Amino acid sequence: MNPRIIGALVLRYAFLYTRNWIRVVELIFWPTMELLVWGFLTTFIERQTTGDFPMFIRFLIGAMIFWDVLFRSQQAVAISFLEDVWTRNLLNVFVAPIRVTEYLAATFAFGMIRVTITVVLLAILAKMMYAFNLFDFQWNLIPFFANLLLFGWSLGMISTALIMRWGQAAEALAWAVPFMIQPFSAVFYPVDVLPAPLQVVAWMIPSTYVFEGMRTVLQQGSMAWTDFALATGMNLIFLALAGAFFAFMYDQARQKGLITKVASQ
Amino acid sequence: MKNCVLSINNLRKVFGETVAVDDLSFDLCGNEIVGLLGANGAGKTTAIHMLLGLIKPTAGSIRTFGEDFAGNRIKLLKRLNFSSAYTNLPSNLKVWQNLFIFAKLYGVPDARAKMDELLELMEITHLKNSITGHLSTGESTRLNLCKALLNDPELLFLDEPTASLDPDIADKVRKIILKIQREREISILYTSHNMREIEMVCDRIIFIHRGRKIAVGPSEAIIRQFQRKSLEEVFIHIARDGEVKDKEETES
Repeated sequence: MNPRIIGALVLRYAFLYTRNWIRVVELIFWPTMELLVWGFLTTFIERQTTGDFPMFIRFLIGAMIFWDVLFRSQQAVAISFLEDVWTRNLLNVFVAPIRVTEYLAATFAFGMIRVTITVVLLAILAKMMYAFNLFDFQWNLIPFFANLLLFGWSLGMISTALIMRWGQAAEALAWAVPFMIQPFSAVFYPVDVLPAPLQVVAWMIPSTYVFEGMRTVLQQGSMAWTDFALATGMNLIFLALAGAFFAFMYDQARQKGLITKVASQ
Repeated sequence: MKNCVLSINNLRKVFGETVAVDDLSFDLCGNEIVGLLGANGAGKTTAIHMLLGLIKPTAGSIRTFGEDFAGNRIKLLKRLNFSSAYTNLPSNLKVWQNLFIFAKLYGVPDARAKMDELLELMEITHLKNSITGHLSTGESTRLNLCKALLNDPELLFLDEPTASLDPDIADKVRKIILKIQREREISILYTSHNMREIEMVCDRIIFIHRGRKIAVGPSEAIIRQFQRKSLEEVFIHIARDGEVKDKEETES
């Protein structure tokens, strides 16, 4: 992989963001609105009930920020590809001397930048408005976020592969894929809330271990290293499978002439 | 032995039951402009996309600069480039931003100097800080050509470069293409539906019909071969006569 090419592609995404305020809105506006809605909702419920509610608020706000890491990282991969489709620039990119791995690496890197901006913003807002300090997680944030980024990249590759194969008809998958796993990934509630068969599904999803781990840290103040190890192991398997799926679909797209079809839609 | 930048042998592409390109063979040898002609659906775009590695051939071989293209795609793509009327550069970026990114992707050593040189050549220096989406069709075409020349390509694929341009701008673009081809000794594979343009620009023509090569040669030779008055008449004859026989095939 050539760092110059990855750097050029990342710079291109940065230019696209600075030249389009809608992209900035996507980066800042939606996460902020989500945080406000979830934050005020939980504040309202807190006032209506008694018991250990501050912990519930912390669970929800933490889960919302963590979910955003996964969602934004997946979006960076899928939307970057769509950006080239929408601007009818895909052929220019694919006939340039760029390896597919470099193209993907650039979307991963840009995803990290996007996630960092969004998370810093949400962390400041959550601290100011709901006294939720994301940095209470201390160094645990790194393994948690790393796992969510990895899983987001896997989902991004799967979404992109499906769009490449089925074209515009599959565009909605860029947004839908993460939400297909959300109910089973125990984002806002613990796994034991799910019916037994769905619990089996939940434990097959790497992000489940992160969200469960996050609640453990908030509740007990200690990191569940077993969860972290399982999440990392599963993530590596998922990443390899998603990469293989992407490579297969890319090959199929070249066999069937689908890249040129997607590019001219 | 000829020093060919592109050698295509028995290239074939089948999509399901449709044969898009059938047993296509030709060479593109040093410093010439070859026109790839055919009606819509004849297989031109599929052929060009195979030559660029966007589509995998079903059979046959492509040798670019003497090397197997499939096995050395990234290395060989550095030495060629492509411009089409049907692709754009991102419309919300400034002209210089688009060129700068592609200069970096192609590893152009002094990107800024190269950009300035090409913008001047295309007579669009004044648009350097303009938003790409605000350019006219003619200006966009010239910007696409700037992008296609950033890496000093030895082989250039031009897919209908003057489509949807008015005659004045089309004439300017053609003159620029001829100038750079002469000055930089670039080999060009050129497609167009404008037969007069093909006659003006191309040294040699390859006519394809239903994926098969049916005639090769300079335009005058092809006009004579088909006993027509102009290349346009030949085109119409071929497009409407689905059963052009292999015996009509000729080499100049």
